[in-house]
Amino acid sequence: MLEIKEIWKTFNAGTVNEKQALRGVSLTLNDGDFCTVIGGNGAGKSTMLNAVAGTFPVDAGTISIGGTDVTHLPEFKRAKFIGRVFQDPMMGTAPTMQIDENLALAARRGQSRGLKWGITKAEKEQYQEMLRKLDLGLEDRPTSKVGLLSGGQRQALTLLMASLQKPKLLLLDEHTAALDPKTAAKVLELSDRIVAENHLTTMMVTHNMKDAIAHGNRLIMMYNGRIVIDVSGEEKKKLTVPQLLELFSKVSGSDEADDKLLLS
Amino acid sequence: MLNFINALPGAISQGLIWGIMAIGVYITYKILDIADLTVDGSFCTGAATFVVLYTNGTNLWIAMLASLLAGMLAGLVTGILHTFCGIPAILSGILTQLGLWSINMAIMGMKATVAINVSTPELLDKLLVSLRFVKDVANGTRPFYRHPILVVGIFTAILILILYWFFGTELGCSLRATGSNQNMARAQGINTDFCKVLGLMISNGLVSLSGALLAQYNSASEINMGRGAIVIGLAAVIIGEVAFSKLFRNFGLKLFSVSIGAIIYYIVIQAVLAMGLNPNYLKLLSAVVVAIFLSIPYWKNKYIRASVKTTKEVSTNA
Repeated sequence: MLEIKEIWKTFNAGTVNEKQALRGVSLTLNDGDFCTVIGGNGAGKSTMLNAVAGTFPVDAGTISIGGTDVTHLPEFKRAKFIGRVFQDPMMGTAPTMQIDENLALAARRGQSRGLKWGITKAEKEQYQEMLRKLDLGLEDRPTSKVGLLSGGQRQALTLLMASLQKPKLLLLDEHTAALDPKTAAKVLELSDRIVAENHLTTMMVTHNMKDAIAHGNRLIMMYNGRIVIDVSGEEKKKLTVPQLLELFSKVSGSDEADDKLLLS
Repeated sequence: MLNFINALPGAISQGLIWGIMAIGVYITYKILDIADLTVDGSFCTGAATFVVLYTNGTNLWIAMLASLLAGMLAGLVTGILHTFCGIPAILSGILTQLGLWSINMAIMGMKATVAINVSTPELLDKLLVSLRFVKDVANGTRPFYRHPILVVGIFTAILILILYWFFGTELGCSLRATGSNQNMARAQGINTDFCKVLGLMISNGLVSLSGALLAQYNSASEINMGRGAIVIGLAAVIIGEVAFSKLFRNFGLKLFSVSIGAIIYYIVIQAVLAMGLNPNYLKLLSAVVVAIFLSIPYWKNKYIRASVKTTKEVSTNA
């Protein structure tokens, strides 16, 4: 479903701030794969996700989604294939628009937008039903401005929006990192449910090793702009945090990174 | 005092005409979240285009349509400078505005003023609005339905209806999303650059149309008539917001409140003039008033603590 071949990305090339963020990353996700991505700060996790989403062009390599080469497509055109939830709860929704208007925008992802009504009456009822299923009390106020919602409510709404027009690929970029533990658990549970119900191919970046092990059928770890660990299937199911740490120090050749990873 | 009351109908008429310009400013400033300074130039572009075409025998409505298109073209240039060339929005607007001064002069045949010939009653009668109509209706020499307040009022209402419809469509919603959160808009497959350009075109089209109306009202187009238009537009948007934000939540009514804002602005100006202020101080007065109103939301956040009631409301939403 997703095929990344040898992508490279350097930020601020030729300056003192030069940063090789991606150094030949290759990854293939099969249809229905739920892949968690871990790694320390600056390992290239978010950069990889943003490269796939098209936030910036890559320096080398190719990216294809569902057999379509998207390497040179701008972000808004790739959106046809991709649902996204960001780390910052502010980023995924339009705060000055109503809850149902946000959903209606998401329902038209990948379609051309013309002079038909932006939201129909039938849609409004449909969205209210969906919001009821979210169980966050949003069904009573579908015309509230999204700016009034809490971070958790927004992330849940963004998740719903990302899955409304079934994406070929769902990208979750530390989407629970800015939430309190209880809300984070709830949003994570919702993510699992939405992924399973829609059979979505998913990549989820997380800082939490336990979450990375508990969710999905595949786990990759990044270090210094490369994928250094890739486990899946039975092997992943049996994985524990200490094992993961051991694996990591073997690959990265240092122990100090352990603490960094655990603490972050 | 009598002077002031006599001047009121004129002030309201002018306010309504400038109100159309202010609605254009509302689209960029409030919906797209761009401060577009093109308007200072495109206002006169509309006036110049109209007057030159009209005095050369073009049909009034076709000349007004041409003004609209000329303004949209100005918006297109600013939009391309901003999106395709990556120049910050404010600077793009300033560049277009500067360039437009020469273009406006060229349209007017390198003359600073071009007048519409209204020397005979027949010629005057052909215009949609004129400041002379205000007096004529009061004297009873012209039917009431030619009063500029009524004519421009209906004109404004039609424009608001069209805009209300447009911003409810899929395309209009994507413009609003672009102004609200660009990241979100792009993630939902919206071409944000296209939306910005389109918004700037619609905005400047309205500004130009307003210029064409004012040119008819004053029966002349003048090279400096758009100077400071952006400040008048912002003043109208802010006054409308301060006065009606609690009352009007509907989008159409918000546009209506911008128009009212412009009327209030012109009534205040008229009142200040009636009190004997030298008209040359008007621009300073406008700038000071707008600066103060723009600062209020910032001061509110910084220096005044929210009341306990609002704090509680926010926490129940969390």
